[in-house]
Amino acid sequence: MTELLASPGNPSSLHSSGRRARRHVEESREKVARALGARPAEVVFTAGGTEANNIAIKGIAWDQRDKDAKRTRIIASNVEHHAILDPIEWLVESDGFSITWVEVTSTGLVTPEALRSALGDDPSDVAVVSIMMANNEVGTINDIAALTAITAEYGICFHTDAVQVPAWQEVNFAELGVCAMTVSAHKVGGPHGVGALVISRSCTVTPLIHGGGQERDVRSGTLDTAGIVGFATALEVGSDRRAETAARVKALRDDLITRVRTVIPDAVLNGSLDSRLVNNAHFTFPGCLGDSLLMLLDAQGVECSVGSACNAGVPQPSHVLLAMGSDADSARCTLRFSLGHNSTQADVDALIAVLPEAVERAKRAGVPRTPAAERVNA
Amino acid sequence: MKVLAALSGGVDSAVAAARAVDAGHDVTAVHLALSRNPQSHRTGARGCCTIEDSNDAFRAADMLGAPFYVWDLSAEFQEKVIEDFISEYSAGRTPNPCLRCNESIKFEAVLERAMALGFDAVVTGHYAQIVHGPHGAELHRAIDPEKDQSYVLGVLTAEQISHSMFPLGNSTKTEVRAEADRRGILVAQKPDSHDICFIPDGDTAGWLARQIETVPGDVIDAQTGSKVGTHQGAQAFTVGQRRGLGLGNPLGDGQRRYVVDVDVKQNLVMIGPPTLLEIDIIEAVKPRWSGPLPTNGQAVHVQIRAHGEALPATVEVTDDVVTVTLTESIRGVAAGQAAVLYDGTRVIGSATISRSRRSASL
Repeated sequence: MTELLASPGNPSSLHSSGRRARRHVEESREKVARALGARPAEVVFTAGGTEANNIAIKGIAWDQRDKDAKRTRIIASNVEHHAILDPIEWLVESDGFSITWVEVTSTGLVTPEALRSALGDDPSDVAVVSIMMANNEVGTINDIAALTAITAEYGICFHTDAVQVPAWQEVNFAELGVCAMTVSAHKVGGPHGVGALVISRSCTVTPLIHGGGQERDVRSGTLDTAGIVGFATALEVGSDRRAETAARVKALRDDLITRVRTVIPDAVLNGSLDSRLVNNAHFTFPGCLGDSLLMLLDAQGVECSVGSACNAGVPQPSHVLLAMGSDADSARCTLRFSLGHNSTQADVDALIAVLPEAVERAKRAGVPRTPAAERVNA
Repeated sequence: MKVLAALSGGVDSAVAAARAVDAGHDVTAVHLALSRNPQSHRTGARGCCTIEDSNDAFRAADMLGAPFYVWDLSAEFQEKVIEDFISEYSAGRTPNPCLRCNESIKFEAVLERAMALGFDAVVTGHYAQIVHGPHGAELHRAIDPEKDQSYVLGVLTAEQISHSMFPLGNSTKTEVRAEADRRGILVAQKPDSHDICFIPDGDTAGWLARQIETVPGDVIDAQTGSKVGTHQGAQAFTVGQRRGLGLGNPLGDGQRRYVVDVDVKQNLVMIGPPTLLEIDIIEAVKPRWSGPLPTNGQAVHVQIRAHGEALPATVEVTDDVVTVTLTESIRGVAAGQAAVLYDGTRVIGSATISRSRRSASL
């Protein structure tokens, strides 16, 4: 990848440097396709997961409405990443679409019944359904094949945001039965700022970016050869080692969960016990602002995450926790510990060593009241 | 010491934090988010807590090598500053929201949370000095009279002062800007913020009109008791105000008319000649003491506006009512403002003006 950063070829050029770059891109496309159970022609490289999600939501919704003016309804789960929620909200506010949210269970799962209920008696007005494969906050994994079986009955396009998954378990695009699927390089150990939308040949999308016609005219713009090669390599290497890595990380994560519950008896594990990403542990620590805990643990060299922050960096109560039935105050008392392929037992031991004092201090600092407006939303 | 520096994204708090680092303290930076829906950019000198400010604060912390976090205090700010501001105006008083913010947010909510999280003190870019005297930490005026903010810090208790650090109190603004420039702090030339941060367009009357239900009422000549005009809501008027009465010259005697009293209950605005505004006794309630209480009859100086003069006076304190007798009368004292008492440069305490009157001798 670093070698390619110094190489001048534009993969869209016809001269030899261009062709060389093109070869790297196409080899990468084949690797990505192979790792994800897709065909090379189905892989559209983007500048990351957010762009891929935008192309999927807007591009499919517009295309479907162009074909049938009645199709103006979007269906999505209410625990999607903001890269799905926000494009949908924009389409609703600015472009005449409507949204039906699929309610999740208390563990964050989308059930086939919930999807059927959202589709309603006459889903002929649905433009696109988007349900994430695994939740980025609480790690709950959905059975996408069971959900696409339902939309297939009606011939409705189904998109899934699978960004969280390929690092930890096999993803097979063809077997999922989806029309489109989002993946991101940095979530499989590749570089930031590269991703792909895998689009089945039967699915057409209206492009968001117009220009040189790269990437099947779906996504114009000069390709980031070095980034794409990094993405493909990370995915390929990760896939080869996945089974071993996932088993090791799962054992560490299970140990982390057990020991957090031992040292902090009132900690509540959020999400599902069995249908869960192997690297995810997400807790509510009652009476401790996640924000305070993050700061205290950060000072001790433990890096963890609160739900999400708005663009001014203001921590917000997680919409995922709220959707799972948590109240606004306890939704602010959560913390996610994500493990990586290089996490060690010593890392878990270090967390367990400093967590009790951090929890005690954070409890003393208290939980400021949640603004009234957000309580109403909850 | 392990200290928490509150970074607004402006030049003062950045230099204050930098000086704390230089002094060898272990500095962690926080930016206080006081609004849930911040604007992207600040327009001119008004408004605060924009995304741009937050980013500026982040970059300043980066330069100092201090960990940076954003603390959401918007709920507290809404309740204790904005709602207090509205209810005070609704009651016909003229509040000072900056002072309320210092009292309830910066040196209460933030300081308490900081102490609980294991910090020893909070550092801010306020212009005031802390001097260690016989009774512990004392709050004093800054050396730069133009920038002195001891008035809005008058609400700090002795305990709060002992856990505060104001590294800029011994400098002028010019020196602080030059230092920021020297340190490579990018916001060195950023304009000072002023006015009320949550009213970014500066139109307080218009903002209040949207928050408070007002009904038109009578403007009364305080000397004759007769009606001389109408107003759109008594809450928008402040004692001492001359503009905005819309009366021209009601009595035709060539004398200017001022608001001399506001009666929100009866929705009346009383006007009269400036002589009616003359008062020499101020009563104030809810005192907050920065150190030992004054002795009754003690000669002090009192300041009743953020950038007002310090007026010579004597003070009596009975059951938490502070009575200040001014050596010379003044005009136009609005209820709701703070009266801050000084012994030389030292702040004695602060109380909220409840009423003012004329002594028999006046």
